[in-house]
Amino acid sequence: MGDTPPRSVDASAGGPGAHSTRAAGAAASSDGPTDNNGRGGGSSLPRAKAFGAEPAFRGLTQASGIMVLVIIVAIAVFLISEAIPALRANQENFFTFNEWHAQSSDPRFGIAAIVFGTVLSAVIALVVAVPIALGIALFLSHYAHRRIATWLGFVIDLLAAVPSVVFGLWGRSVFIEPVRDFSVWLNHYFSWIPLFGGNGPFGNSILLGSLVLAIMVLPIVTSLSREVFMQTPKQNEEAALALGATKWEMVRTAVLPYGRPGVIAAVMLGLGRALGETIALAMTLGSSFIITANVIQNGGVTIASNIANGFGEADDIGRGALIASGLVLFTITLVVNMIARVIIYRRREFTDVAA
Amino acid sequence: MAKRVEATNVNAYYGSFKAIEDVNIVVEPKTVTALIGPSGCGKSTFLRSINRMHEVLPNARVEGTLTLDQENIYDKHVDVTAVRRLIGMVFQRPNPFPTMSIFDNVVAGLKLNGVNKKAVLQEAAEKSLRSANLWDEVKDRLDKPGAGLSGGQQQRLCIARTIAVEPQVVLMDEPCSALDPISTLAIEDLIFKLKDRFTIIIVTHNMQQAARVSDRTAFFSIERTGDPGRLIEYDDTQKIFSNPSVKKTEDYITGRFG
Repeated sequence: MGDTPPRSVDASAGGPGAHSTRAAGAAASSDGPTDNNGRGGGSSLPRAKAFGAEPAFRGLTQASGIMVLVIIVAIAVFLISEAIPALRANQENFFTFNEWHAQSSDPRFGIAAIVFGTVLSAVIALVVAVPIALGIALFLSHYAHRRIATWLGFVIDLLAAVPSVVFGLWGRSVFIEPVRDFSVWLNHYFSWIPLFGGNGPFGNSILLGSLVLAIMVLPIVTSLSREVFMQTPKQNEEAALALGATKWEMVRTAVLPYGRPGVIAAVMLGLGRALGETIALAMTLGSSFIITANVIQNGGVTIASNIANGFGEADDIGRGALIASGLVLFTITLVVNMIARVIIYRRREFTDVAA
Repeated sequence: MAKRVEATNVNAYYGSFKAIEDVNIVVEPKTVTALIGPSGCGKSTFLRSINRMHEVLPNARVEGTLTLDQENIYDKHVDVTAVRRLIGMVFQRPNPFPTMSIFDNVVAGLKLNGVNKKAVLQEAAEKSLRSANLWDEVKDRLDKPGAGLSGGQQQRLCIARTIAVEPQVVLMDEPCSALDPISTLAIEDLIFKLKDRFTIIIVTHNMQQAARVSDRTAFFSIERTGDPGRLIEYDDTQKIFSNPSVKKTEDYITGRFG
């Protein structure tokens, strides 16, 4: 124990004892015999390092953490300061008015229509995408042959890599045709349901936008759900099978309950993408500020598409108004995420011990 | 309530690897049979082929005949889920369903069989938990997660889950290897008690355990790594541990091999 390695000598920073003054320089030096003059008198235990990789790394991670906070606060301050003048100038109620005339003279704008369009298109997109995504995820994780699963998984990931502007172009010039035909058919047979009423024109509708959104959300929900399904402990699957479960019963007893929090998280991420998606919707929606349950007539607008369409031509007030609507979108997303957390945490007692 | 298990020329494979070869064994109803042998000798593989869990693994298959009271469970017209309901299994590591409460764990098998009446489920849960010597410890917290129990309690919960569906045979794959001595003793007492109702086949690495709980013992072994495991000797437990007829068995039991 007497021959303590030299590196322990660098350790006396802040340490008790006569030699504390050399602490600052000690980090680099490896001179001298073991410093045994500390209060511990005679103890030869290595001292903790004051300046080393450990504290440096700690500082680095801490700084990164703080940086995130600073950036968020800076963005928030900027957005709010931009938005306030426009909101002051607004002649109408910002929350209930459903039109958007945001310019310096006589600005009248409100978020009613765009929030409605945002939520409606995102919800429809999820209603369409989530069941399909869960089906694909289960197929990939538990049914498909490994080769097919790898290949199909790759295709799904490829779908996620397609830029949204490409989806927008494809939506407005190709996908619109079948959707229009489908809308006409819906209108013909189901016009008594308010969703499918109206006299046209059809095509550039919430339905088209939502379906394009659904395709864009699909890969996110699929690959995340697949991951959690694949993490189901083998022993739980075998427990279900040994009780006489069929494959589907095994999935219901072991896989789905185990993956539930992960699926919720996946759906919420998908919802986040659907709510915030901009360019694809700006290109596919017909842009009208009418609040209606009709999803097949031309029209529809969302917060993000409204910003994309209007920002270029907006003056100061107009820009402030659009930023204000962006803040609303931010709040919606935040609330959605918080609800998701609550859902996940509610059964924490069960999921924690599972981990 | 208990049936005879008979294996004739059973071979089991993992892909092209033959894990066990020509196993012939008859297990009488309401007895405890211990399968012992060195690691990799195929005793767990054989156990898993008795309730057709072996074939769950990719590329795994079984050849030969395995009968449950004269009915071949590998007959192609037999419903594999029905086989597993008749032949329950307890695994090496306690594996209660993590998202389910104690109560839901016990009745999980019954629910899979379509039993949904609350009163029936409650009665069955209490009966199974009592049989598994667990009722007194959990009766006040049936709605708490099953995974929150201690390891020994979890394993008894898994036994309760297995016997809740009233199987004919209960297979146990080293059920105590992850447990402390006191929990092990509790499980051994339980095995002794369950013998009145079920045919029990247990894989164990613990020879004292085999000697304590079983009526008959089957010794499996392999010549060398890569060879298939074979049944070397199968006899009354007392005979195996006092006066085995095969030298290899004696070597293993006295610790000179394996």
